[in-house]
Amino acid sequence: MATTNPTTDLPAAMIDTVVPASDWVIVLPIALALMGSAGLMMFRRSNGSPLIAALIVIAGIIACEVALLLEILANGPVSMTMGRWFPPFGISVTVDIFGASFALAAAVVTAIVLFYAELDRADADGRDAFHPMVLLLLAGVTGAFLTGDLFNLYVWFEVMLIASFGLIVQGNRPLQLDGAVKYGFLNFLATTFFLLSLGLLYGLLGTLNMADIMRVASTANPAAMAGVAALLMLAFGMKAAAFPVNAWLPASYHTPPAAISALFAGLLTKVGAYAMLRALVVVLPASRDMLEPALAWIAIATLVIAPLGAIAETNLRRAIGFIVIGGIGAVLSGLAMPSLNGVAGSGLYIFHAILTMTALYMVAGLVEKTTGQTDTRRMGGLYAASVPLSVLFILMVLASAGVPPFLGFWPKLLLLEAGLAQGVTGTAPGWLGTAMVLALLINAVLTLIAGTRIWAHIFWRSGPEGQGSEHASIALAPFDNRGKIALGATTFLVAGIVLAGIWPGPLMAGISEGAADIVDPARYVAATGLAGDEL
Amino acid sequence: MEYILAALVGLFIAIGTYLLLSRSVIRMLIGLTIFGNGVLLLIFTAGRLTQEVAAIVPDGLDVPEGVIANPLPQALILTAIVIGFSMFAFLLVLAFRAYQSLDADNTDTMRLAEPDNAPNPPLSY
Repeated sequence: MATTNPTTDLPAAMIDTVVPASDWVIVLPIALALMGSAGLMMFRRSNGSPLIAALIVIAGIIACEVALLLEILANGPVSMTMGRWFPPFGISVTVDIFGASFALAAAVVTAIVLFYAELDRADADGRDAFHPMVLLLLAGVTGAFLTGDLFNLYVWFEVMLIASFGLIVQGNRPLQLDGAVKYGFLNFLATTFFLLSLGLLYGLLGTLNMADIMRVASTANPAAMAGVAALLMLAFGMKAAAFPVNAWLPASYHTPPAAISALFAGLLTKVGAYAMLRALVVVLPASRDMLEPALAWIAIATLVIAPLGAIAETNLRRAIGFIVIGGIGAVLSGLAMPSLNGVAGSGLYIFHAILTMTALYMVAGLVEKTTGQTDTRRMGGLYAASVPLSVLFILMVLASAGVPPFLGFWPKLLLLEAGLAQGVTGTAPGWLGTAMVLALLINAVLTLIAGTRIWAHIFWRSGPEGQGSEHASIALAPFDNRGKIALGATTFLVAGIVLAGIWPGPLMAGISEGAADIVDPARYVAATGLAGDEL
Repeated sequence: MEYILAALVGLFIAIGTYLLLSRSVIRMLIGLTIFGNGVLLLIFTAGRLTQEVAAIVPDGLDVPEGVIANPLPQALILTAIVIGFSMFAFLLVLAFRAYQSLDADNTDTMRLAEPDNAPNPPLSY
């Protein structure tokens, strides 16, 4: 059936012949993850190793995403629209540098966490469907990073959510059920808010394709659009754990096994932050301008208040949860000043946080495994037991606080430059930019205080609280073989982060090029085939 | 008609919000479902209410002849119903399991993950 549509340039939008195999790399990462998850679910009672099967699938995903990223770096954003429907109607998968690089980072981190997860797993323990659900989580995350359609983004959020529901209760301890209730209700409410704003957006504009919304957004009532954007901000803010709606994160992230909280910390909140970047800065820039003061204040509050929680907390992984929230504040501060530097800072921070927050939780899990405790008051003297662990921990503390030359420093440098230039380029008053600069610096200092205090308590102090003897007085479990694999996986990730921090040149160049596509999405719209016809 | 449905959406979301503010997990779950159904009704209304024919293209034509009803909202709503129902099912089982092992249907007494009397932060260093 030949399809005609008077407003769309047919040859540009439609390929009638068979698509070359190389073009499939746009959708293959998502398809591979979904099919891998389904396959592993079917064979979860067989005797094969689900770890190896899952790693093969992820290797395929990583290969596709590398090819995709190289293609985008060479020729600009790419897009593929499903099922012989033209772009505003068919579901578009549209990828630019930001989406592809975050998806790649997510896949790499997932592969490393799969090795790490062996730490807590017994032999022949494939029946709990851990590996299929990790792949399903990766499918949701990858889909959210790659999609070019807002309703499709909602579906990927739900895929991610249902997979994370399955993962957070793995182990079935009462503590986890308690955390899962809070995690489940608040995250489901957040996606319902997202759906609510999608309904309003569809009613106003009649389209949900991101590139199409950019074209027609100016035709709708600006006040109504600002309301929709505010609802989107609330929904994604809840997913990202931004300040007033962050309480679910420290209530739940410390409850599942360490590998699962590491995966959550690296992937889930970052997808929320990325979705907010995509929806507000790229898709609805006019409405974002109206909300800029609100975004700035949320960013400042998140930056300053979250690390205070980390200082006050005695539970190790709960304290790290607060550090994760503080990082979200840094991403939001870039959304409040969408200059080239600001957006690049946000993007690089998301990339950095995917790697660093995962590594931080992985090290914390190793500490908890060695000491058998979750409370920092009952830890101490670990330096004598494991020097590598203490080095890994302090490296990740420095990286997350943003001490040069670690990876966390470079995005904050870009954000500081953007904040200082805010009075010149932004729409909000210049002092708000200065306030964000101050908040970023305060956040760095407070994170550093929180992290080094935890480090000093766990590693430096000679024993647990109240037992300040010269002799290490707690029983430390030495690493068995599984522990050594987990330590190796953690070391590998930390080494990658340190190297990326010492040679940030290629990363910064790539992210800056990606930020140019975010600030001026003309190439993104052109990739979907919608650029030709102005309304 | 739109006004009536819009008011109904508002009522659904108000009831859902009220129930979500409860401390009882089952009430919260019912509230979440009513809230979600309000949202579905909103999408239905946002797709415009018409009395036109179904969106079926006759044989031999590329586009339908006259005005047709908007076929998209039902696709969106159907997707959202399926997702919402699976989430509801999971949360219901979770609430039951939490009731079994925590012996609590009240969020105020669910304090395992966030202990009530949290210790003071250490004063050393």
